[in-house]
Amino acid sequence: MEAPMALFRRVAARAGRPVTLSFEGRAIRATSGDSVLAALLENGALIRRLEFGREPRAGFCLMGACQDCWVWSAEGGRIRACTTEVGDGMILSAEPQLPAGSDG
Amino acid sequence: MADTVIIGAGPAGIGAAEVLCASGLRPILIDEGARAGGQGYRRPAAGLALDMGRLMGAQAGKYAALHRRFEALQRRIDYRSRTLVWAIEGRQLHLLHDGRAGTLAFDKLLIASGAMDRVAPLPGWTLPGVFTLGGAQLALKDQGCLIGSRVAFLGSSPLLALAAGQYREMGADIAVIADTTPFPAKVAALPGLLRVPRTLVRGLGYMGASLLAGTPMLHGVTPVAVQGGSRVEALLLRDARGRERRFACDAVALGYGLKPETQLADLAGAAFSYDPDFRLFLPEIDGMGRAGPDLYLAGDGVRIGGADAAEASGALAAHALLADLGQPQDSEAVRRLTGQVERLRAFQRGLARAFAWPKAQIAALPDTVMLCRCENVTVGEVRAAMNKALGPLEVNRVKAMTRCGMGRCQGRVCGPALQEIVASRVGGDGAAAGRLRGQAPVKPVALAAAGTAA
Repeated sequence: MEAPMALFRRVAARAGRPVTLSFEGRAIRATSGDSVLAALLENGALIRRLEFGREPRAGFCLMGACQDCWVWSAEGGRIRACTTEVGDGMILSAEPQLPAGSDG
Repeated sequence: MADTVIIGAGPAGIGAAEVLCASGLRPILIDEGARAGGQGYRRPAAGLALDMGRLMGAQAGKYAALHRRFEALQRRIDYRSRTLVWAIEGRQLHLLHDGRAGTLAFDKLLIASGAMDRVAPLPGWTLPGVFTLGGAQLALKDQGCLIGSRVAFLGSSPLLALAAGQYREMGADIAVIADTTPFPAKVAALPGLLRVPRTLVRGLGYMGASLLAGTPMLHGVTPVAVQGGSRVEALLLRDARGRERRFACDAVALGYGLKPETQLADLAGAAFSYDPDFRLFLPEIDGMGRAGPDLYLAGDGVRIGGADAAEASGALAAHALLADLGQPQDSEAVRRLTGQVERLRAFQRGLARAFAWPKAQIAALPDTVMLCRCENVTVGEVRAAMNKALGPLEVNRVKAMTRCGMGRCQGRVCGPALQEIVASRVGGDGAAAGRLRGQAPVKPVALAAAGTAA
């Protein structure tokens, strides 16, 4: 796997409970209060690939308007990464996951 | 009894709530955000070691005061954060909170929905690392993060230099500040701007600070492309003399001024008309913000005016609401607020003329440029559809043919550029292109949640 290159660069430390989430099977360490988007981009993960053409995307407006930073939770729902805070144990993926047992 | 409802807890919504509370009302204040303040005065979650005073600069006092006032207000209102209003039908709002849908009846509705960046597409603008200018500021204010280590600021707005200054202050390298408006065009608009000299001086101060730090600042550029494989590597421009310039960077912030978030006003029944200075369709309001029976609009969500105008216009719209309830009017306050709102909005109108939306550049975009980020529609596909279309051309027809503007952002991002591409074909100004109509849900809502409301 190629070394992750962070898009975001943290310049203000955050004090808070450490949180670990998983994105595309990779463990992402964050701090309570971080947005999912900041946690992913700070750790070199991209947010998603476009349904058409598979280009990478990593959010755009960062204020809940453009809807270009959706990720999918293991429960099947989608999350807007820029306006959702990280939670410990979140299991996220760039694309919707089929329910367990489905041979899809 | 139904209620008075305010949508939006930025400066306009807070300003309105204060006036209503002072008259004995207990308004419901609904806000999509987790914390009050809107986008410009966004307050980070607790625990972030960010010196907001330093970051907000000249606005630090107002930022702190607004949040103090909101805290004092909070006990006296019904404040509902993290709540999205996704539809308005008659006198009923459709809400979504923590994934659960609900409804809320209202007697009077004051919408202070705020604004977002207006952006012009360019080749490569969908690459990871390209964000809106407002987004770049929010990454910092809300998350304590920079969008990159070496950032290019592109667009046409005095906020480019402001945001670049904040970024440099926080340790970023600024690759370039590149404005599409030629310098003489900005100078020509100065007489209008001199009506608010203090703000002007502050604006020039930002530019001066950028120059002193040796940051390249270009006027009259033509954007060529954001280059990169899977992320931003450089910004390519043609400068005012037509020379191609390449600026290595790992992020780009794009901003061509702000545009009101008018979808809810549309659903609430406001009438719209075209504004040739902003080149946008905007809701029609009277001098106090009335937009229809029991409908009031305030802040940047109806007219771009900045935080001070937003706060004053929120208070003013609340005075209108109270007058319509039959309460005695505080004519001195109304006169003062009206003057303030008119002056500040006139200043922003001057800025919109000075920092022009680059309509000719957009009309000339190559066919291959992605126009609709959601539905993956290129400029060329829109042009091809217009060639095939029978009958009168306007944006909603083009949307139906191409899906441009039909995606999950509902044309918030591509709408203004789509308007120029259609306008350049039909001739005339943006008004000739027509207006993308707002649709419910104004933001995507899971079907399961919408079903629980039915």
